[in-house]
Amino acid sequence: MDEAVWDIGYLVASILFIMGLKKLGHPRTAPTGNLYGALGMLVAVVVTIAQMDFGLSNNFILIIAGLAIGGIIGYLMAVRVQMTGMPEMVALFNGFGGAASALVAASEVFRRINENDLPEGLELHVAWTAIGLSALVGWVTLTGSLLAMMKLKGGVEIFGTWYRTPTWGPEWLNYVKGLVLISIVGLLYMTIEEPGNQDYVIAIIALSSILGILFVLPIGGADMPVVVSLLNSLSGIAAAFTGFIIGNNVLIIAGSMVGAAGLILTNIMCKAMNRQLIDVLFKSFGGSDKEQVTRTKVGSDPEEVAMICDGISKCVIIPGYGMAVSQCQHQVREFADILEANGCEVKYGIHPVAGRMPGHMNVLLAEASVPYEKLIEMDDINSEMGECDVAIVVGANDTVNPAARSGEGPLAGMPIIDADKARVVVMVKRSLSVGYAGVDNDLFYEDKTMMLFGDGKKMMTELVSSMKEL
Amino acid sequence: MELITLIGAITVFILAIFLGFELITKVPATLHTPLMSGANAISGITIVGALIFSNTDYNGGNPGIAAWLAFLALILATINVVGGFAVTNRMLNMIAGKRRGN
Repeated sequence: MDEAVWDIGYLVASILFIMGLKKLGHPRTAPTGNLYGALGMLVAVVVTIAQMDFGLSNNFILIIAGLAIGGIIGYLMAVRVQMTGMPEMVALFNGFGGAASALVAASEVFRRINENDLPEGLELHVAWTAIGLSALVGWVTLTGSLLAMMKLKGGVEIFGTWYRTPTWGPEWLNYVKGLVLISIVGLLYMTIEEPGNQDYVIAIIALSSILGILFVLPIGGADMPVVVSLLNSLSGIAAAFTGFIIGNNVLIIAGSMVGAAGLILTNIMCKAMNRQLIDVLFKSFGGSDKEQVTRTKVGSDPEEVAMICDGISKCVIIPGYGMAVSQCQHQVREFADILEANGCEVKYGIHPVAGRMPGHMNVLLAEASVPYEKLIEMDDINSEMGECDVAIVVGANDTVNPAARSGEGPLAGMPIIDADKARVVVMVKRSLSVGYAGVDNDLFYEDKTMMLFGDGKKMMTELVSSMKEL
Repeated sequence: MELITLIGAITVFILAIFLGFELITKVPATLHTPLMSGANAISGITIVGALIFSNTDYNGGNPGIAAWLAFLALILATINVVGGFAVTNRMLNMIAGKRRGN
């Protein structure tokens, strides 16, 4: 039988990926889409293993071992992760995907050099360019994702000491990045000129790893969703280049599709923040120069807030990252249920970049069984804020900061939810400290604002019990 | 590699990029995170490359550095694939669970 027949299996896998990705974009079909994707992957893996010639070697056992180890680790990570840890998890998986592509490229180049099996002519150019690009994109994705993950966590703990992830990037760092990139491209040419020299390959790997770190280092935490999305795109591109190395269309199709998909998402997020991708990547923002908070505000207690909330007719809940951290989505929903039982209309105002991932709030509220129709996107809720009696801001800051309208400072021009248009604003927050963008929030100090200082879960629980006592 | 093969591969590459752009233009915010996670799992297709290279080099019972790199790639790609689909499924189940609740 002609070996090309196996390619039909890859075609089936490609079709499953395309349909899967399409279905993932619609709420009703999304679970099927995910299933199609997984099924496509299974087909691709089975077809690959089925056409392998194992000869007398023990490779079969090794491959099964590799699949088992990876499968168990991946499954355990996926099952155990908390919903708050999702962004970090996606960043980490991204990094693994990029690293896998880069390692495949490295494996191919070292095998060819060690066995003195160097290609010639066109094949040399294609293979070595693909290997170089796959290494470049793959290693950048790995180190970039790892740093992004640590930035999302805020820091790392080494031997019991907490180290905050730094954000650092003077203007000249951009030139350094450019220089590193040019050096890598130069090295790429040199590997083609002298394909047997593995020092060049090692230099490409080292420089690409450094580039990934330099790339993410200056970008502040507020922009991390954009970075994670862009890295998602890159890990797809790395897989596509790997497809060129092994001459396999399913890798090229799936990889470049994911690359394009990641780019679209990245754009959606940039638009939501009213920023250009270029600015996010090359002009440091949300960095370490945080404003010092000098003003003070007297906190309120849950009983007071409960009394205010008694008998109102319209309430908008605006969640932020704080809700994710304290895991208080169930308490938030319970609070909303009480209000609704009293005849109040409750809606949720979802800022497109609330939390650390697009759709982060939606996932959390879905977990607490909040009906889909009550989650209102920013533009739609803003037109209703004027009629809102009480706006309850749970662990959000920058996304309701009126400073964004002023046209100055790091938040300038970012669209916000107009919480300040509500008659009363209740902010559940641990302190008056600044948000990720590092800008003080005037909303805290307005007379109509009531601050509930404390952990989101604790405060919402107390608020719920106060409501019940009324 | 023949020139025609290369041009064929580049054609597939470019067309798939356009396909990706068209496939996911209008996506509700609820699905952004699961979509990112699902797309990320699909990019784990590099597992095919890792599988192929994991086989080439153990021959003769002498796995060189190339073989070990491929084996490591296989583990990482599998984590990406299995973990990615599993976590996407978890997220989507939550959304679906909420829909059934209504």
